Amino acid sequence: MTRVRELLVRATNPTATVFVLLVLVFAGVFAMNPGFFEGPSLMAFLKQAAPLVILAAGQYFVIVSGNFDLSVGALVGAQVVIAARLIDGEESRTVPVLIVMALFGIAVGLVNGLITTALKVQSFITTLGMLLVLYGAIRLWTGGAPTGSLSEAFRTPGRLGIENVPVLGQIPWALLIMIAVGAGSVLLMRTRFGRILMAAGDNERAAALSGARVGTARTIAFILSGLSATVAGVLIGGFAGVSAQVGDGLEFTVITAVVLGGVVLGGGRGSVLAAMAGALVIEALFTLFNQMALPSTLRPAVQGAIIIAAVAYAARRRTRPVPTTATATPTPS
Amino acid sequence: MTLLAMRGIDKAFLGVPVLSSVDLTVEPGEVHALVGENGAGKSTLMKILAGVHTADAGTIELGGRAVSFTHPLQAQQAGVASVFQEFNLLPELTVAENVHLGREPRRRGMIDRRAMAERTAAVLADLGVDDLPPQAKVGSLSVAHQQITEIAKALSQGADLICMDEPTAALADAEVELLYGLIGRLRERGVAVLYVSHRLKEIFDLCDRITVLKDGRLVDSVATADITPDDLVAKMVGRRIEAQFPERLPGTEPGEVRLKVAGGGNAWIDGIDLEVRAGEIVGLAGLQGSGRTEIAEAVFGIAPFTRGSLEVDGKPMRITKPRKAIAAGIALVTEDRKAQGLALWQSVRANARMVLDANARVHSRRRLARVSELLAGLDLVARGEDQEVRFLSGGNQQKVVVAKWLAAEPGVIVLDEPTRGIDVGAKHKLYTVIRELAAEGLAVLLIASELIEVIGLADRIVVLHDGRIAGELPAGATEQQVMAYATGRGPE
Repeated sequence: MTRVRELLVRATNPTATVFVLLVLVFAGVFAMNPGFFEGPSLMAFLKQAAPLVILAAGQYFVIVSGNFDLSVGALVGAQVVIAARLIDGEESRTVPVLIVMALFGIAVGLVNGLITTALKVQSFITTLGMLLVLYGAIRLWTGGAPTGSLSEAFRTPGRLGIENVPVLGQIPWALLIMIAVGAGSVLLMRTRFGRILMAAGDNERAAALSGARVGTARTIAFILSGLSATVAGVLIGGFAGVSAQVGDGLEFTVITAVVLGGVVLGGGRGSVLAAMAGALVIEALFTLFNQMALPSTLRPAVQGAIIIAAVAYAARRRTRPVPTTATATPTPS
Repeated sequence: MTLLAMRGIDKAFLGVPVLSSVDLTVEPGEVHALVGENGAGKSTLMKILAGVHTADAGTIELGGRAVSFTHPLQAQQAGVASVFQEFNLLPELTVAENVHLGREPRRRGMIDRRAMAERTAAVLADLGVDDLPPQAKVGSLSVAHQQITEIAKALSQGADLICMDEPTAALADAEVELLYGLIGRLRERGVAVLYVSHRLKEIFDLCDRITVLKDGRLVDSVATADITPDDLVAKMVGRRIEAQFPERLPGTEPGEVRLKVAGGGNAWIDGIDLEVRAGEIVGLAGLQGSGRTEIAEAVFGIAPFTRGSLEVDGKPMRITKPRKAIAAGIALVTEDRKAQGLALWQSVRANARMVLDANARVHSRRRLARVSELLAGLDLVARGEDQEVRFLSGGNQQKVVVAKWLAAEPGVIVLDEPTRGIDVGAKHKLYTVIRELAAEGLAVLLIASELIEVIGLADRIVVLHDGRIAGELPAGATEQQVMAYATGRGPE
């Protein structure tokens, strides 16, 4: 009996819930379309999902440290436009432009971080402002329609992969990059930096009194988010081509994904792996909608419902009595 | 007739028993103490009585009538009021509005403010409180006055039984006196009080009967007159703690000066001259607001000294933030462990290594490897190092905080109210640890509101008054001597 209960407690833990959800949604997809799990179509799905998963990892760092980053969607759009304009079809410019984009991503994260930590502006406002600034700047710079074009080399990571692999067909570069980002993020959270980031989101005061540089750690989280938006921009640009609208609304999709992964808004709780799994659930859900021939205009409404439901679910868990075991002293008040 | 009879109360959370067949009877007008270590089940029993939790088994009779509460409002209507550690008051409303919340007197459909104020004033007068205007906004009141507002609210609802959970935890000494008076008046009116506290002195000062719980079971229920404090402690911890304060360890002699403050001052404190030697425990005593915590915060760089000089191990230092204090080998166990000491949702391990993680200058593999050993040495009771600290009892949480600082191997450790709100067993363990730290050559600066603690542990006592040092007393000083300085009267 106790074992069943314990299992139940574990399965309803928000971090574990997302993996249960992932299985359920995949089961739904499989029921609609048994062919989905054949190598090539699965690879195509993962290639498409990779940018959101990478963005989720970046957003995770910011959220777990106690902030938000609403500027990532606009940053993705800006990066694609910058790439097209600067490369302008010249293969030889690919690497220098990638470097410029990385620096731009870092700069946006740094500005977000410094305004939030040094000027004490709430990150919600800082990054909302940044979103508008980037959005406006793109429109101003491009006059509405982006100019220039991407090089073949630039488009490779988003489009191509290791070809002619048995069973799978193509292993997309995007998938490998996603795995690398995921592994890097998991490792990063196990370092001293990761633990301080977590502690800062949980109890800023306790972390600071323990000597942690809370502001620095949070600023680095924004920079990581800016970098993840840069990588996502490269993949999305390669996959979908140049348009000023590519990033629109992505910030909400990615926050939905992270929250669905059981990462608590306000910080200090949740795992980066679960956040990335949350992104996969969202992508799989959209696939399911496609298969059910539901209009894609339904997506924002579904995302909104998911955000509210996930946060409500987490809040409900927090107000329930604290489960303890007999060996530990039960908490009194 | 018996006012309250709870019999055979069982309660489990998610299959874990917290109370098993507990009995509790309270007579009208009785002040009844409910004591036990943290986790003994006191709060749960109170919450069942208040209708916050529902018992799994057992009966509750109130004034001879069987009752069963599933909601706090039902308990309130039946005459059971609770004053929990966190108040249920609306800070933006006045005292009168809070007292009558949900039961406002009406006149022609409108709230009758005058009647409300008059009735509140009458209740307060009944309680002998004359310095609390009914029109004052609750958010602007002191903790003591908020507590009085809660009690007035309970009385005006016609409560026969008021449950108080650690009511003095946040009160200054003078305010505790006020509460004593208040409880006396409640008793005269035939209102019973169920009193939960860790402070033995209060229990013996105030209570008629004592019910002892341990590990969710009833140990005993005795008249206060029939038990000594030592026997009560023995019942609470299930064993006898021989002496409340451990003896100084052999071979502990004050060595070199490790912390020296000369003429230290800032906006809150002034003219602080203080020396703490290796192996020495210096107690800082004083009333609330006398500058005890401010000295700790200045030494640790939270609110630094703006005047005077500070030396650590003979080297002059300018400590302007906690990082610098840590690098200089200073540790601070803060007063409020939940708000300032712990990341509650993180594991025991993550918390215990937080100082090492956060400070490259004190981080080392060797120190990291010692963390588990430190936790075990403090007798930490937890399911494992992966358990989140929010699940631990107050005493065990405090042990994690202490471990986190000891991991950095400091030379000077400042302990601000290290035993606040923790159970007797954990207190005793911490006292022993403090002695051991001194024996290892640390300089210990100990701040405590409970004078017995400072007197029982410190080698020297520095008494503060109004932000300045009022006097210094040797080990073995009496409470009267300390209080004479603390209240600014000078030496006895």
